[in-house]
Amino acid sequence: MDSIQDKLSKDEALLAKFEEKVQAGESVEPRDWMPEAYRKHLVRQMSQHAHSEVIGMQPEGNWVTRAPSLRAKQILLAKIQDEGGHGLYLYSAAETLGISRKEMIEQLHTGKAKYSNIFNYPSLTWADIGAIGWLVDGAAIVNQVSLQRTSYAPYSRAMVRICKEESFHQRQGYEIMAQMMKGTAEQREMAQDAMNRWWWPSLMMFGPHDTDSPHSADAFRWKIKRHTNDELRQKFIDKTVQQAEVIGLTVPDPDLKWNEQKGCYDYGEINWDEFNRVIRGDGPCNKQRLEHHIRVHTEGAWVREAAEAYKNKNEQQSINLN
Amino acid sequence: MSTDTQLDSWEVFMQARTGANFIHQGSIHASDKKMALQNARDTYSRRGEGTSIWVVPTSEIVASSPEDVDMLFDPSNDKIYRMPTFYTMPEGAKNI
Repeated sequence: MDSIQDKLSKDEALLAKFEEKVQAGESVEPRDWMPEAYRKHLVRQMSQHAHSEVIGMQPEGNWVTRAPSLRAKQILLAKIQDEGGHGLYLYSAAETLGISRKEMIEQLHTGKAKYSNIFNYPSLTWADIGAIGWLVDGAAIVNQVSLQRTSYAPYSRAMVRICKEESFHQRQGYEIMAQMMKGTAEQREMAQDAMNRWWWPSLMMFGPHDTDSPHSADAFRWKIKRHTNDELRQKFIDKTVQQAEVIGLTVPDPDLKWNEQKGCYDYGEINWDEFNRVIRGDGPCNKQRLEHHIRVHTEGAWVREAAEAYKNKNEQQSINLN
Repeated sequence: MSTDTQLDSWEVFMQARTGANFIHQGSIHASDKKMALQNARDTYSRRGEGTSIWVVPTSEIVASSPEDVDMLFDPSNDKIYRMPTFYTMPEGAKNI
């Protein structure tokens, strides 16, 4: 008879084997044994990532009918469709961990699952569409490139696919900003205003400083994360500042300064009070984003019900024919 | 009672060009075969990635267990005569 002791030592052996495998750089597939905390961490992170892609369609959708040209409108529609696709890659990868799509959506609706804070900010002008593509997608790419080597194989595969598609997103955003900076004084002002509003929230996308990051120890040991929040944030700043300079935009940070010794930029204090306030639900658009998702999900229920009814009818007919 | 579901899960395989192997891409949700093909196309081929798609209900996939890896895949070192390098070729013979 297996005693509790036996079970415990068996789990310990499995855990040791798992950690050895991950340390050796091997990937983890859905049917492999994994510690419960690893599974939980991934469900949280991957579902949050999927929800972010889907909620992220809203600030951009806000400008589809007001895009300044047919070209801009086609591009924006293609980009929004990609974001939906990315959400689907990630939902399907998360489902391999044993959580259903239904549960994930319920968790989003009840607030148990989060999405990226950045999408709680409004897209006020057309320049915001440029800033979202260039800065928000730019920050996301830095994070996602790092996640391509994450230990959970379905997540890694989804990331490789997403990274291939994201670079168009960033380039189209930068093109919008560059065009506006070549335009009238009013257009330049609009671009700078978008830069001022999106810069700091983009830096917050990487999460708290490493010293305040609550989930990181396990995530590193199990190679879910490969780079720290601060490393990724620094990488984003270092490559973006030059891009801003090229088109004549000012980074809204008086403390931003090239540090010759370290070979990277020093930057000012991030407003973590604002970050925490938005996470808690007091951002400019939290309520609107979630309400919209719930409303569309509820109003779309008849489509899913009709599809099921159609399937059942056809199955019934093929049974009758046999 | 609400009959709202998230529809069934299907696995998607795609062929990148004619003659190539079909490779697993991920999964999608759909209520029937036709919708599964359409959703697979919209989700996994927005940039001409494929020439042909297979969709299979996820519940119909039979997968091996990680525990069976040795039994199934241990290289048969006792059958090295399956390798072309096992054989001694006469000196001077070409193109073999």
